[in-house]
Amino acid sequence: MRAICLYLHIHQPIRYREYSIFDVGNDSNYYNDNYDSRQSNERIFNKVADKSYRPMLNLLEKNLKKHPEFKVSFSITGTWLEQAEAFAPELIEQIRRMVATGQVEIIGETYYHSLAFFNNLEEFDAQVDLHAATIKRLFGVAPQAFRNTELAYNDKLAHWAEKKGYTAILAEGWDKILDWRSPNHVYRPAGCNNLKLLLKNYRLSDDIAFRFSNRSWSEWPLTVPKYLKWLEDDCLRGNLVNLFMDFETFGEHQWQDTGIFDFMEQFISDWLGGYENKFVTVSEAVKLEAPQDEISMPETVTWADTERDLSAWDSNSMQQSATQELYSLREQILATNNPHLISDWRHLTTSDHPYAMCTKYWHDGDVHAYFSAYASPYEAFMYYMNVLRDIEYRIGMLNKTAGLV
Amino acid sequence: MLGWELPPHNSGGLGVACFNMAKALANQGADIDFVVPYHAKHPNAKFMHILNATELDPIHRYGDGAYTSLQLFDKTIPNINDESLISIREVQKEYCNYVEEYLITHDKPDVIHAHDWLTYEAGMMAKKKHDIPLIAHVHATEFDRAGMHVGNPLIHEVEYEGLMQADRIVAVSESTKRIIHDKYHIPLSKIDVVYNSLDENYETEEYNFSDKTYQYLESLKNSGHTIVSTVGRFTIQKGLPGLLRAAALAISKNDKLIFIFAGDGEERNNLIELAANLGISKNVIFTGFIRGKKLRDIYSLTDIFVMSSISEPFGLTALEAAHHGDVLILTNQSGVSEIIWSALKYDFWDKKKLADEILAVAENSALKKSLQHNIKQEYHRISWDKVAKKCLTIYNKAMKHKGIE
Repeated sequence: MRAICLYLHIHQPIRYREYSIFDVGNDSNYYNDNYDSRQSNERIFNKVADKSYRPMLNLLEKNLKKHPEFKVSFSITGTWLEQAEAFAPELIEQIRRMVATGQVEIIGETYYHSLAFFNNLEEFDAQVDLHAATIKRLFGVAPQAFRNTELAYNDKLAHWAEKKGYTAILAEGWDKILDWRSPNHVYRPAGCNNLKLLLKNYRLSDDIAFRFSNRSWSEWPLTVPKYLKWLEDDCLRGNLVNLFMDFETFGEHQWQDTGIFDFMEQFISDWLGGYENKFVTVSEAVKLEAPQDEISMPETVTWADTERDLSAWDSNSMQQSATQELYSLREQILATNNPHLISDWRHLTTSDHPYAMCTKYWHDGDVHAYFSAYASPYEAFMYYMNVLRDIEYRIGMLNKTAGLV
Repeated sequence: MLGWELPPHNSGGLGVACFNMAKALANQGADIDFVVPYHAKHPNAKFMHILNATELDPIHRYGDGAYTSLQLFDKTIPNINDESLISIREVQKEYCNYVEEYLITHDKPDVIHAHDWLTYEAGMMAKKKHDIPLIAHVHATEFDRAGMHVGNPLIHEVEYEGLMQADRIVAVSESTKRIIHDKYHIPLSKIDVVYNSLDENYETEEYNFSDKTYQYLESLKNSGHTIVSTVGRFTIQKGLPGLLRAAALAISKNDKLIFIFAGDGEERNNLIELAANLGISKNVIFTGFIRGKKLRDIYSLTDIFVMSSISEPFGLTALEAAHHGDVLILTNQSGVSEIIWSALKYDFWDKKKLADEILAVAENSALKKSLQHNIKQEYHRISWDKVAKKCLTIYNKAMKHKGIE
């Protein structure tokens, strides 16, 4: 028996607009910009929906019907769900149908795609609960497995997840941690009894997610027979291959004209055509075998960049001061009991915001620049701080009126 | 090489750029004869032969005044007999005669490299009579000097002729390349972009900041003021009224901002009047024309350097400010903004955005420090050696074009 655990991450941040210091105290619309602007959430969501969400969900739904043995797992952020409800509610309907087949598992995470775990544990817990409630409301299921934003994982997170009652948790299969071990097994997080750890097979995942259309790659073009051969070779070191990637790989990172959809279609059916081959959901995967070993990650490991750390989010002083200012307002925000204000504040915890302030590769005009909605990391920071100021101003105004009444 | 000025007899950046370019080219084996239109000694230019085309004192090379073409020629457009234009045309004629004589009595050079319209006629003559490949180097066009207005038709004509007849054209930025294409209808394939670099003496010269020069400014700084400065000729090209209007907006939010206008030019009185009308005279300081150590002390005191130009082929002062660790705010219309990433940028007409950026830097130490730190790292990658290498490649292209090996 050889199994593939295909897990796709579905996310869109809600971006703040180019919020001027002259708006502070006058206009508290941070997130709705003109449709044509660079930060228009609606425009961006519609674009990605056409290029990726619709065609890929259609492909997956078709294959779920065609192959009852085909399984897939999703993590869907609250910020994506909010936008889908507003701009493309039929996508939520479609996912609900897919979940109802029993072949699709939804994984738990923070509602706001935040790194709150590293900043405020109470806030983290609240966002995970909010996400679980939203998933229950929309899809009628309760997440059994957990993935943290950016797959940011350490031993402490595993302990938290075990206590919370999850049965599985996801992390990057990073060589520095694995050493001679293979990512193709079920592991036990250090110090845990019930929780199981699944590790991303990043080579085989990235062959699809990053390299598929790269013409300077020596293996281009990637064909299904070639990829199946690699999978079979890799199964010599364990029979569970964890393919974890962004949902937008299909259609947005790898455009339709690269042949990515045809590749997936053929790959699913050819894999299932092999002797004793199957697909499993995350919760099924951890039941395939007893944990092969205990794995400890005292330092945080993520699935980002070559460093596999959090440096893309918290290494420069702008990111640090933005995050610090943000979380320092938490008590006051919650004390207002004002749902709009709390929601506006929580949207600022989305990790895409500090990512847009990353200057690590900025002078090379590298990938961070490409994915940013802002002209520069400096502008991203500037507008973010203006939004924070307005939020602070609103807290002050609310307290004042409360005092007067 | 045909030029109009070299340090120490220069009035602006053109001479500095020509000097450093020639020096870097000589280092890479080029044998250079450099023709200047006046008679003077150049003690630091031993790496090339400097030829004096006339017996004039350097002071006369631009006719009567400094190289402020608008001031010079605005007066002359209605009356072509104006003395200053006549005198500059006279100098050009003599310059051309000298080059003609030189070509008869000396070995023919492999290429002629002519800097700006003042020398194009001599370059064209050399090409026509001796079939020597001509490279026209555009440091600025008449459109730039006239702030994208029409400017002087006679100069346009010389520029147009020179650009048409040149074998290759070197533009100091992509935006200059676009102007050469759009306004002079030159095919893009004939134009190469070669960015300028910082004067290499700028880094090696002994300089120690002394807080004695500007004690008043120093005391303002110590009391929490942020110093914003701009350096250059006060001409329409520099977009200084826009900077003053943005200053007024910013001061309305934060009155601890001091704006220094270092330089002089025909717009000075208008600017002083505008500052008064905007009610911000107290926050605006006009230093008059300064150079050398006094200028460096201004850069050292400055927190934020603004280049507000409507059109700026390159913008060397931005690199000087970067050398002193200033935060840079540049218009997207400046050439230097094409190669600098660690800076805030805006469109010259967007006064609100400029005000936003000034306020953000003044009030966020994280933003200020990030920009200061990153720009220092970045500008070191720009060097005259790279400029010289590109020029040599362009020479080869032009020679091949002519069938010279």
